[in-house]
Amino acid sequence: MKNKYSIFSLLKNALSYHENWEKAWKDPEPKKEYEAVIIGGGGHGLATAYYLAKKHNMKNIAVVEKGWIGGGNTGRNTTIIRSNYLWDASAGLYDHALKIWESLSQELNYNVMFSQRGVMNLAHNLQDVRDLKRRTHANRLNGIDAVYLNTEEVKKFCPIINTSQEIRYPVLGGTLQRRAGTARHDAVAWGYARGADKMGVDIIQNCEVKGIKRNGDCVEGIETTKGFIKTNKIGVVAAGHSSVIANMAGLKLPLESKPLQALVSEPVKPIIDTVVMSNAVHAYVSQSDKGELVIGAGTDDYISYSQKGSHDIVEGTLNAILELYPIFSRMRMLRQWGGIVDICPDASPIISKTSIKGLYFNCGWGTGGFKATPGSGDLFAHTIANDEPHKLNAAFNINRFVSGDLVDEHGAAAVAH
Amino acid sequence: MFVINCPYCGEREQSEFKAGGEAHIVRPKQPTELSDDQWAEYLFMRKNIKGIQYERWNHAHGCRKWFNMVRDTSNDKIKAVYKMGEEPPTE
Amino acid sequence: MKKNLRVKSSKFIDETYRIAFKFNGIKYFGFKGDTLASALLANDIHLVGRSFKYHRPRGIMTAGSEEPNAIVQLHDNSSRTEPNVRATEVEIYEGLEASSQNCWPSVNFDIGGINNFLSPILPAGFYYKTFMWPASFWEKYEYFIRKSAGLGKSPTEPDPDIYEHRYIHCDVLVIGAGISGIIAAKISAKKGFKTLLVDESPYLGGSTISQNSEFFKLNNQTSGSWLEKEIHEIKKIDNLEIKTRTSVAAYHGYNFLLARENLTDHLPIENRKDKTRQRLLKIRAKKVITATGAIERPLIFNNNDRPGILLSSAIKKYADLFGVSCGEKNIFLTNNDSAYETAISLVQKGIKVEAIVDNREQVDSKLLFEIEKNNIKVFRGFTITDTFGYKRINKIQIMQLSKDGQKVIGSKTNLSCDCLGISGGWTPAIHLYTQSGGKLKFREEDQVFIPKNQSVDHLSVGSCNGDMTLNEIITNLLKDLKLFLDINDTGYENIEVLSCFNQSKRNIWLLPSDKNLGKTKPFVDYQNDATAKDIKLALREGFRSIEHVKRYTTTGMGTDQGKLGNMHALGIISETAGAKMDELGTTTFRPPYTPLTFGTIVGRNVGEFFDTFRKTPLHDWHVKNKAKFENVGQWKRAWYYPKINENMHQAVQRESKAARDSAGILDASTLGKIDIQGSDASEFLNRVYTNAWSKLAIGKCRYGLMLNEDGMVYDDGVTTRLEENHYIMTTTTGGAATVMSKLEDYLQTEWPELDVYLTSVTDQFATASVCGPNSKKIISKIFPNLDLSEENFPHMSFKNTKIGNISCRIMRISFTGELSFEINVQANYAKSIWEKCIEAGKEFNITPYGTETMHLLRAEKGFIIVGQDTDATMTPIDLQMDWIVSKKKYDFIGKRSLYRSDTIREDRKQLVGLLTENPKEVLEEGAQIVADIKKLPVEMLGHVTSSYYSPNLDKSIALGVVKGGKNLIGKKLIIPMEDKTINVTVADPVFLDKENKRLNA
Repeated sequence: MKNKYSIFSLLKNALSYHENWEKAWKDPEPKKEYEAVIIGGGGHGLATAYYLAKKHNMKNIAVVEKGWIGGGNTGRNTTIIRSNYLWDASAGLYDHALKIWESLSQELNYNVMFSQRGVMNLAHNLQDVRDLKRRTHANRLNGIDAVYLNTEEVKKFCPIINTSQEIRYPVLGGTLQRRAGTARHDAVAWGYARGADKMGVDIIQNCEVKGIKRNGDCVEGIETTKGFIKTNKIGVVAAGHSSVIANMAGLKLPLESKPLQALVSEPVKPIIDTVVMSNAVHAYVSQSDKGELVIGAGTDDYISYSQKGSHDIVEGTLNAILELYPIFSRMRMLRQWGGIVDICPDASPIISKTSIKGLYFNCGWGTGGFKATPGSGDLFAHTIANDEPHKLNAAFNINRFVSGDLVDEHGAAAVAH
Repeated sequence: MFVINCPYCGEREQSEFKAGGEAHIVRPKQPTELSDDQWAEYLFMRKNIKGIQYERWNHAHGCRKWFNMVRDTSNDKIKAVYKMGEEPPTE
Repeated sequence: MKKNLRVKSSKFIDETYRIAFKFNGIKYFGFKGDTLASALLANDIHLVGRSFKYHRPRGIMTAGSEEPNAIVQLHDNSSRTEPNVRATEVEIYEGLEASSQNCWPSVNFDIGGINNFLSPILPAGFYYKTFMWPASFWEKYEYFIRKSAGLGKSPTEPDPDIYEHRYIHCDVLVIGAGISGIIAAKISAKKGFKTLLVDESPYLGGSTISQNSEFFKLNNQTSGSWLEKEIHEIKKIDNLEIKTRTSVAAYHGYNFLLARENLTDHLPIENRKDKTRQRLLKIRAKKVITATGAIERPLIFNNNDRPGILLSSAIKKYADLFGVSCGEKNIFLTNNDSAYETAISLVQKGIKVEAIVDNREQVDSKLLFEIEKNNIKVFRGFTITDTFGYKRINKIQIMQLSKDGQKVIGSKTNLSCDCLGISGGWTPAIHLYTQSGGKLKFREEDQVFIPKNQSVDHLSVGSCNGDMTLNEIITNLLKDLKLFLDINDTGYENIEVLSCFNQSKRNIWLLPSDKNLGKTKPFVDYQNDATAKDIKLALREGFRSIEHVKRYTTTGMGTDQGKLGNMHALGIISETAGAKMDELGTTTFRPPYTPLTFGTIVGRNVGEFFDTFRKTPLHDWHVKNKAKFENVGQWKRAWYYPKINENMHQAVQRESKAARDSAGILDASTLGKIDIQGSDASEFLNRVYTNAWSKLAIGKCRYGLMLNEDGMVYDDGVTTRLEENHYIMTTTTGGAATVMSKLEDYLQTEWPELDVYLTSVTDQFATASVCGPNSKKIISKIFPNLDLSEENFPHMSFKNTKIGNISCRIMRISFTGELSFEINVQANYAKSIWEKCIEAGKEFNITPYGTETMHLLRAEKGFIIVGQDTDATMTPIDLQMDWIVSKKKYDFIGKRSLYRSDTIREDRKQLVGLLTENPKEVLEEGAQIVADIKKLPVEMLGHVTSSYYSPNLDKSIALGVVKGGKNLIGKKLIIPMEDKTINVTVADPVFLDKENKRLNA
């Protein structure tokens, strides 16, 4: 690859004051027609385009993005990656992604800083313990590394957690997936964009979709703020805005878009070197390479596209953080923001074709989509290219809401996403 | 956080309320007559509107009454509230 | 070689009150009123910290909350230490200890400084391009990256301080107590509005209060002394609350704002004891006026980051307010009049100003004459091309700017100095305005973003609204305020304003140097070491959106959130990419405005206040009897009652045996209780439960199962018909609140025609459940007049009775399979009834048992626990409870969902019993069940939901869900554990007393 990234290229470019670096991706105007168009330039959409070009030889394709790539939930999430899901279908899906994560930096020649620092999920009541044990057993039999830890082992792995049994909801145990961890969210979008661009994919930013043109039960193209683009295959990966696109095509989806908030503290020297999630008291925390504590809050209960949530949610999250980490009381919140998450009734995603030929949806990731990015892109590309799902995403079809075969991660276990 | 004008109690903080999703989805009177598709439409499919949405709220930590609200979901501006069973306001 | 840089006594500093403090272990003195920054400067200390990436020496740059460089660690004790504190905001106090951050071994000699030499290979985003080989090494690289990143250190012990919340509702909130804020607050309060005025600093008056210049006058007084009188007056207004040291952090929708009030951080440590440290104000204001002022811009030129380089306005503030001179040889670099003001102020105090380097060729301000009168050399049309001095600036190099300002021309001149003041004009502080959803417009004349429009509930006034001269400020403020508050007059109609500020400015976002840009270091974001080069590199690499550039270069992402440099980043992008500023837009200003302590956000919701404890009326009895407790939702439930030397297993075995052999007693008060009345109560129950209720006779009880509309089991419990139109429903402990909400929802929204009233009475009643073969004898002792005969009081029926004057509802229902009676009484009589039961049961060894024994006993009978044996994917059919699903009823909640193609499948998971091959072996709850272990992934058939050692059957029993389980009774299956496999046989889930004989024992 021309302009391959490495320490040597950095040294070489240092001599010319870094004035000769190539564009990571071009910024083309849309062509009149593409073999396929992906709506949504987040991690999932860009990955979909990358794998369509790479594995299915579909190179005359475009990604259209309303704003700037990676500017939605990709750039707003708390970057937790794990695959220790309960149900076989979910475990298959997320572990497929995790396996790709493990070599993604090399694959893309872009350091996405995938850091396998482990993810711990804590149990705070007896049912949590049952649920986490159930999940650990299921993980083991699915070939996913996960172990159950008792309270002492939790403390040993992350000494700053308050494991006193006198607190309101004491830590009774937890699970640990060592292969899990975090990655640099922006780099994922940028790395996939650069990779896709190199194979000829057009990445078109500031291009908002205004309509889907149908001929009977087939799609014919999209109306955008940059004009009409003809195509027979449309992959929609629009996260919180999925329903908006679906409505343009006359479809309804089983989704609700809700605010999800996150925050970071000021940066400090390393203090927590793993990811700890607690569903029962609702606190997730990790520390970024920059040193900020990265804290995920919960969703609000109302539908909103404002990218703002209520303060009560942030306050509740920090209450829980200080319950588990009283040493963080004097730390300060540096930034707080919101995203729009599209939530399915069973808290599992949809990666599926629809009743309209050539129209495919990849949505419903709720609060946990980032971790699936590479796998989701790969499987969605397969689904679009073959007009049939891959066996790993077959269970995540839209029809499950009709037949009743839900993949209920939400109701099934005390699993935080 | 919103200030919500409960039709029964007046203006109160949002923290007293719970949202209940899209309004005016009537539970089918004869569910057994419906196909799986039609039942799924009632059960799960939602407009999930960006813009003016009619939705249900409950004054959970107040009078516990359910009521309807018209709200712009793109900026969270509340346009109107009205009681259950009342006709939605037209602009 | 300590110098005293105090130049003039200032009324803001109490020179009679000397305060000792330590910086990097060395003791210094300051005065009451000093900030850490002013005290350090008075001691001639500029080098305060090291930068994030290159570890370059950095000094104090500003005098406020926008400070990017002078951030320190306060204290070194493990519980009160505080990282990343801005020296410009800390008021010094006796005992203050501060130290430099991000340097090792010391700020003077920092090993990390090597990064400065490596900087050519560390451009923006270098980490995305490297550390990829070998693949498995990232975490090793990362270890070192993380170590060198971060700034200060987190505390390692819990915070001993107290925080709290206060709610404030007001008519008008005024943010910022500079001249605009003071006038606005006064007018508002005088007009009768309940007004709150807040300011982040410890004093009122903003920058005007120290304005002593003849060039700025109000009613013929200097603006400073005029304002002082105004402040004196507003303090007397009743309906005006004033809060200093109060910083507004967030401006949310519906005029909901969060502010942090600092209460003790400025006090000597010994005076802080038992006082609240910070208070979070949750403000709901009908109208908000922001008067947040403007922040002076730095200038972007080569090596613009050395200690000794400060904003011109900061130098002025240190001199005017704190009486501190930042240097003895001062030079200014400016593109507008502000530096002239500072210079004049310094000269008046006898501080030497060497020169002013002005980017502008034409300067026509009156201030210029004053400068020239004092023999200060002014280099017009010049700029600085380089600076020198590693730990403190000692020299600058200046050159003439070309006509277009893009190049430097002519010869180089070196000027020596020990302090450089820079002024790039002013940026309105529009952060809070944009947080509230306000949109911005770009004003070309002075290259600033200002509020686009005012709304009915928010107004920006003063320089945060783009009004930069005193004249403009006063005129626009009065005009806008009249409209905003809907008032006819302001009381300031006759004010006379003298203002001589010249707005002319020569804005050059990136000042040129004689060197190639690549060889220079023009910092845009000081804290994160992002330079103009980095921004251009990002653009070159195709990052076009401002958000992309910000993320790629980390510009604006430091603890100052880009208050100084963001505008320059935008400007450089705009110039380089040829895009218009207002089309680029700004990055989103995210809350909080200044970092907000976690403890403040949390307030008192820590420790025992983290979440409500719900205790039954019998809680104290359980405690006294040494119960261990289990959290069930918010409830504390007695889990088991160990005797001395007994472990949990032994206690549960003993309790279980006692309950079946003689008598046991359980506190069941936590079960949800809903009182249902109305002429349609039976019809309502028909609709919400799966079984039929119309024919339930008065005085009878019935078990019911409730589904979600998706057909999955949601809750269960016994409901009793007390009267014709009166039922009492019980729910699970954890489900009580959601069941109540769900029932109200259906009643109010789907079935408003039903005459039904629901009342939650969970807390009003307490329940003691007495079970076991001797339970009848015990009950008859307590209620001698109650006919307990099988005929009068059969299983699944209820009686009203009394003890003395206490009414009791007794239900003969059983969750254990034993003969059992549940006594329900008004909660405040619970203890008396319970103790009567214990007393009456003494001769039968009545044994209190907890939830664990209850779970064991019901498992022996195969009774489910919703939430343990079900998981929101189980239908009643899956539970083999077909008997409870009425075929006759036309509809009930969830019915339709039971007949979908995937819910009628035979191979769904079904509830079964499991018996281990080795009867002593107890299965682990949560363990998976398989038919065969070949290789991964193993096909899982289901899992163990409940598992116990039954003392009554003297063997291990378990419940589980297994695919197609109801057809597998008698089949052998495998439980694969990590270290072994356990063989089990699928069994009927009822292990004990299938004939239900014990119910009537």
